[in-house]
This record gives sequence, C-alpha cells and structure tokens, in this order.
Amino acid sequence: MATTRETESGDVGAELVGALPDADRFQWLLGLVVPAALVVVWHLLVTTGVFAAHQLPQPLRVVETLYGMAATGELWGHIAITLQRVFFGTLLGVSVGVGFGTITGLYGLAHDLLDPLLQSLKNIPSLAWVPLFLLWFGIGEGAKVLLIAVGAFFPVYLNLSTGISNVSEDLIEVAEVYDLGRFESLRRVVFPAAVPSLLVGIRGGVGLAWMFVVAAELIAASQGIGFLLSDGRVLARPDIIVGSILLFAFFGNLSDLAVKEVEKRAVDW
Amino acid sequence: MDEADDPPERTGDSTAPTDGPALAVRGLTKRYGDTVALDEVDLAVDDGEFVAVVGPSGCGKSTLLRVLTGLEERFEGRAAVDGVDVRDGGSDAVGMVFQEPRLLAWADVRENVAVGLPADVDPGDPAARDRVDGLIETVGLDGFAESRPGELSGGMAQRVSLARGLAYEPEVLLLDEPFSALDQLTKYEQQDNLLDVWRERGATVALVTHDVEEAAYLADRVVVLGGQPGTVETVVDVEADRPRERTDEALLTARREITDALGV
Repeated sequence: MATTRETESGDVGAELVGALPDADRFQWLLGLVVPAALVVVWHLLVTTGVFAAHQLPQPLRVVETLYGMAATGELWGHIAITLQRVFFGTLLGVSVGVGFGTITGLYGLAHDLLDPLLQSLKNIPSLAWVPLFLLWFGIGEGAKVLLIAVGAFFPVYLNLSTGISNVSEDLIEVAEVYDLGRFESLRRVVFPAAVPSLLVGIRGGVGLAWMFVVAAELIAASQGIGFLLSDGRVLARPDIIVGSILLFAFFGNLSDLAVKEVEKRAVDW
Repeated sequence: MDEADDPPERTGDSTAPTDGPALAVRGLTKRYGDTVALDEVDLAVDDGEFVAVVGPSGCGKSTLLRVLTGLEERFEGRAAVDGVDVRDGGSDAVGMVFQEPRLLAWADVRENVAVGLPADVDPGDPAARDRVDGLIETVGLDGFAESRPGELSGGMAQRVSLARGLAYEPEVLLLDEPFSALDQLTKYEQQDNLLDVWRERGATVALVTHDVEEAAYLADRVVVLGGQPGTVETVVDVEADRPRERTDEALLTARREITDALGV
C-alpha cells in the first residue's frame, strides 16, 4: 500500500475512501479466527484421546445435544425462564439503582449516610446471598429475581451516583448564572450529563445479572440454563454442561451488545 | 429591601450622576483561603455604559465577574446590580459569557443558545425560536443551528456562548475574555457585533480582557487592575467618538495610558 500511495498520489485518497468501508465491514470476522481455531484444536484433542469423551465431549456432540433439546422443545423452556429472570431482575435492580444513585448523587447527606454501607455490600459475592435469600424468600421466582436485582443494582448505583455528583462544575455555574432553577437545571444539564455514566452502569449491571442468575439457578431451580448446567453434572453429561456454558456466553454477549448499541445511540456527542 | 435604597445615596458622590449605577462595587475584598484575590476594589458602571477591565493574569479580573454573577457568595464589601445586592437576587439581572464556551455537549447550538432565554420564556415558543435563530445569525453561525458543540471549532463554540449570553437579555452583560480564542478577523467582527447589540439593547456591559487594543476600542472607560492582590490602579476614559475607527488618534492615546498603567 505504501508504494501505491507514493506513486498515484492523486487517486489514492478516493480509492481509500472507497476501499475502507469494505475492510471495516469484514473486520469483525477477525475476532472469530481464534475461537474457530480453538474449536478445531478442541475437536482434535478429543478425537486423538488427549481428553476422555466423558470429560470433554466433541464440539459436534455439544451441538447435537443442544439441537436435540431444541427439537423436543425442552431447551426453549430453560432459555425462556432464564431470560425472564434476568430481564425482571435487571429491571428491578436498575430501577432501584437509578433511585439510589440519583438521591446520593444529588444530596451530599444521602451520600454520606448510604454510600459507605452500599460500598461494602457490593463486595459480598453473589453466592453468599443465596442461603439468606432462600431462607427469606423461599425457592420461588421472587427469590431469584431479587438475587439478580442485587447484582444489577450495584454498578448502576455506583456509576450514576458518581456520574451525577461529578457533573462539571462549569456547567452547573452556567445553569446558575442563567437562572435555570433547580428543576430545569436537573432536566437540561445534570441528568443529560449523567446519561453516559448511567449506561456504563447498566452495562455492568446486565453483566452481573448473568453472574447472579447462575448462582440462583445452580442452587434452587428446576428449570433454567443454570439448572441445565447443574443437571449436566448430576447426569455426568459434559455435553450438557458445555452446551449450557455456551448458552450463557451467547445470551450474555447478546445482551451486552444490545446495551452497547443503546449506548452508542444515546451518547452520540 | 432596605439595602436596595442604600447604594444610590452612597455612590452619588462618586461617578454616577443621575439615577445610580447599574453596577456598584465598593471596598470589595475576596479571599481564597490565605490568598487575597481582590483587595478593596471600587467600581461603578453607569446604566448603559461599556466598561472594560484589564490587568495582568492573576489580578482577579475573573474573580470580580464571578462575584457580580453571584457565583461567589463569600466576600467582603459590597457588590450590587441596580441597587440590589448580588447575594439578594441582584445577580439575576446579570448575564455572563465565560472565558470557556461551557456548552452542553449533547445539545445542538439552538438548544445551547436557548439555555440563555429568560426563565419566563418557553423555549418551544415560535417567537422564542425565532429569537434564538436570530442570535445564532448575529454571531455568524447561521447554518449551524443543528450542530453539536463537538462539531464546532473553538472560536465558533465561543460565539455560541456569546449568543447564549445575549439571549438572556440581561441588564448587565459580563464578558470574561470572550474573544481571546478567535482569530483576528472574527474577533473584529464579533467586537463590532457586540457594539451593535450593546447600542440596540442599551445594556450595561463589563468586559474583562487582557487585550489593551480591544479594551480601548470597545469601552467608554477602562479600569486597570494591578497585580496580586488585585487593586484598581487607574481608570482611563476613552474619549473617542462612536462609531469609532480602530485607528482613531484618541484610541491610541487611551491605549498608551492603559499600557503605562499596566507598567509594561
């Protein structure tokens, strides 16, 4: 490329402009190269006997298992219930996180009262909550949704709270000088300025929701991808275990991409 | 409101001839911790007058404006706008164009200018919208009403900030080095714009600048602040008739006086 650039100085610019979008369009494919290679290595390791089939199934075996379960309809029930739990848990966690984040971001007193507590609660691992939630809320859907909400809450709370309290003093002064008033300056200056932080928080919250749904389903569920995972262990079916992990990976990535897309559209300045 | 009646009497003996100054600053001392930013500063700006404040960096020019806009609540002495102390709502009559554009990054130019509209004007009203668009044109940004600040150059952003200050229709417009980021040609253009607006609206203007030429060209009077802490060194009356030519002999004289007072 370097030589063409030097020789055809005039047309190269136009050519590059024409060529770049195509290159961009296929760039994401590069990210598939390593995973694809890993699958091939995985396949070879199992077929050559490095790993025993009862420990690690062939890649194709995993696909067959998932396909089989999809064909009987069993799989969809598991996926649907897990998605539902993650959705409602995230919704609840994000809502409460927005509430606490806004209050502590706006009012120093609320921040001083609540932040130390919330900061220390956030360090409790997801699994540690499970016994307590089982005791308090039983093994129903409520307990699981609440547990997931706990996970989704903290990133939203932390990011929004700091996002609001760190809104540039310069802009606050502008709102003050032009007498926007409390309500208008929140509506026109503070909240829009905190939107990027909120979205970063939601992205983290959705990620943690997937961590917490596994904790909830591994221990107390009769349906869901997490249940499938632990069922695979009980049945000594590595193909189900690996398949469940791949399902988590797939839906986790999908939801992350969705939030990322929202982020890209909402924060376009 | 007792205080409101106070300054006209007190300033009767200084510069204000008739109905009291639009801006009255008396014995203003402002400290940041142990640092004295302003020391016993007196300043009276008449209604409709254009005053420039010049001085070396760090002399408290910007602090003076911050006090007048009500952004600094703690100071000694007195600062009043139209006879009302800035801490009692006097600052509401003051509009300010900051040294930096300070625009809302997520809002377009039109929305940014509309931030300056007075509180009782609904930004969605067609008349208000026309006014905003008119101001955008005044500062030479027609065609950019829908652009975001990120798409503008530094000088263009500064002009949006100027339009926002004008939208406020303040009785007193304060400007903190608003033209320092502009190229020479745009600067001249915007200076003349400001003079037009000032003449049309009869606003009182206080402009902080480090540009001696700018101060002399624009202002009726130039207040020279000196060094740390900021004190008033001298006040230079610019005797040139308006509209002024930039090469006017009287402006040169004023510039010389200002430069001498600055000790350069």
